[in-house]
Amino acid sequence: MDALERVVKPKTKRAKRFLEKREPKLTENTKNAMLIKGGNANSTVTEVLKDIVSHHLPIQKNITRPFEDQTSLEFFSKKSDCSLFLFGSHNKKRPNNLIVGRMFDYHVLDMIELGIENFVSLKDIKNNKCPEGTKPMLIFAGDAFDLNEEYRRLKSLLIDFFRGPTVPNIRLAGLEHVLHFTAVDGKIYMRSYKVLLKKSGCKIPRIELEDIGPSLDLVMRRTHLASDDLYKLSLKQPKALKPKKKKNISHDVFGTTYGRIHMQKQDLSKLQTRKMKGLKKRPAEKSVEDGGISPKKTKSV
Amino acid sequence: MAAVRVEEVLAAAAQEQHRPRSVQVEKELELEFDLGNLLALDPNPPPAAALRGAGPRRESQLRALARDNAQLLAARLWELPAERADGAAGPLVARLPEPAFRLPREKPPPRPRPPTRWEQFARLKGIRRRKRTSLVWDEQAKEWRRRWGYRRAGGDPARAWLAEVPAGADPEEDQLAKLRRAKRERVARNELNRLRNLARAHRSAAAAPLHPTGHQSRQELGLVARVARVSTASLGRFQPRLPKEPAEPPSRDGGKKRRFGPLLGDLAAERGRQLELLRGMSSKKPALDITRAVNKQLREEDAEAAAAKGKKRAQRGKRGRRQQQRPGKRSGGGGKKGGAARRQQQRPAGGGGRRKKA
Repeated sequence: MDALERVVKPKTKRAKRFLEKREPKLTENTKNAMLIKGGNANSTVTEVLKDIVSHHLPIQKNITRPFEDQTSLEFFSKKSDCSLFLFGSHNKKRPNNLIVGRMFDYHVLDMIELGIENFVSLKDIKNNKCPEGTKPMLIFAGDAFDLNEEYRRLKSLLIDFFRGPTVPNIRLAGLEHVLHFTAVDGKIYMRSYKVLLKKSGCKIPRIELEDIGPSLDLVMRRTHLASDDLYKLSLKQPKALKPKKKKNISHDVFGTTYGRIHMQKQDLSKLQTRKMKGLKKRPAEKSVEDGGISPKKTKSV
Repeated sequence: MAAVRVEEVLAAAAQEQHRPRSVQVEKELELEFDLGNLLALDPNPPPAAALRGAGPRRESQLRALARDNAQLLAARLWELPAERADGAAGPLVARLPEPAFRLPREKPPPRPRPPTRWEQFARLKGIRRRKRTSLVWDEQAKEWRRRWGYRRAGGDPARAWLAEVPAGADPEEDQLAKLRRAKRERVARNELNRLRNLARAHRSAAAAPLHPTGHQSRQELGLVARVARVSTASLGRFQPRLPKEPAEPPSRDGGKKRRFGPLLGDLAAERGRQLELLRGMSSKKPALDITRAVNKQLREEDAEAAAAKGKKRAQRGKRGRRQQQRPGKRSGGGGKKGGAARRQQQRPAGGGGRRKKA
């Protein structure tokens, strides 16, 4: 336990719990995101920040430039125990700039700068939205998300951002939110829809979508991606989390489960079969057999 | 007016009911799904021409695409094993599989800490942790009290008003002060040992991690580069250097094999060394003490067996455990040779099998 391995041990239970929450664990906590407004962030960017992660409030103003200097980002990440961040800024060279990034061990892992071209806010679309905190369904369309390395990292980053806590069960009627990302022509269209489940003939309902905000048209600008080996290191899962394989069980194509039992060598002559009276050995036959087979010790007198 | 409107509404409703609501979606390439994350990946290239022009047409195209993909994802989700939470009337709840898409962790996985000095000793001796009861019977108070802490059994140590002067002690000595001093020393020793264990753990952990952590200092990187250079089959002798990299200075003591004693040195010491060599060669006693070697091997095997079985074996009764521990303590107490002799007596079979006939 790391809390007990410090030189100065925590003196209260509360402090100990606080430290234990932040130390590296086997199964980790849900990632938190911090929203940062850079110098001269205009209203568009502020709106975007507020809409995207609507339950957070922007916490920091005026950190210099993430692409040049990452120390202040890392400092805030350490203080607030957040591993994801969104940095919004605006200047003449890069208008309506949004930097999405994540951290590994409180150091910047990946950062991607996106330009916001078209933004429709939550307030502009007037209908009732789905409740906050619903786990959204994420859909990525476009072959760029598979072929291009930067797009792949962007996809991973966006999944990390929007996926929400990992749950074992989900209420099927509660699937209301869909986030759809399309990569076309060098642009990424992010749209957010509410799901309406309509009756269809079979068990699976027909899906109709209704546009709620926010919707963004993004252009990828600069990127700062982690080197391959650092990325691989961050993906590494501890062995204890790997699911234990059940041995001696196999499945075939049709779904039948086969099991293997390992037996010791059996003596087939001593096998317990059905007793058939006709095959039972009679005493006369038995003595003849014994006389022939069993070795008799002869005593020499 | 009103009649027309009502008719329209009815007609529209009738159409809604009869329109075939299909859940089928045609796609060129199959989508990839990760149901644990509620994720769907569509590798089909989207119709670029249709999405070029800005405006509501694009929105409707995007929405149609999204609808198709969402339909496929929902179809998969509805196929999952579902049950009704809270009895028959509750909502339908599907059980999600584990998320398959690999996302990077927040922090590196926790490192196992190296064992402390006591843990090493316990593992060697095969001492296992005895579970203690949380409450102890207090005779004075005639009730179950906790072993330590608030209202412990045996009264509050701070209120101990009597400290007997032991037989051989100085009558002027303050016994209470002595007790207090002893406690302070115990606390200090405990803290010292804890810090020593910490330092040992830190030392072994800080030994250059050979993978990038993203925040290594210049010295660490230099150390790692040096270690990497030497990690070849010829120990780095034929590794090419970078244009401006300085050549490695030859080590001053010449390595292990190129170290020679002085030619003209201590004649008496040299004579003694040669005589010792001759004595060793001519003596009939073997250089290896078989009995000691065998007992050392047995002890190691004991420790391994105890470590392996320790967790699996069920808790024995107190008596059984105490009896088991006593022989271990006794032989540990005796000297090496004495202990070895006693161990030999306890295990004639094992030792005899391996002992050569001397």
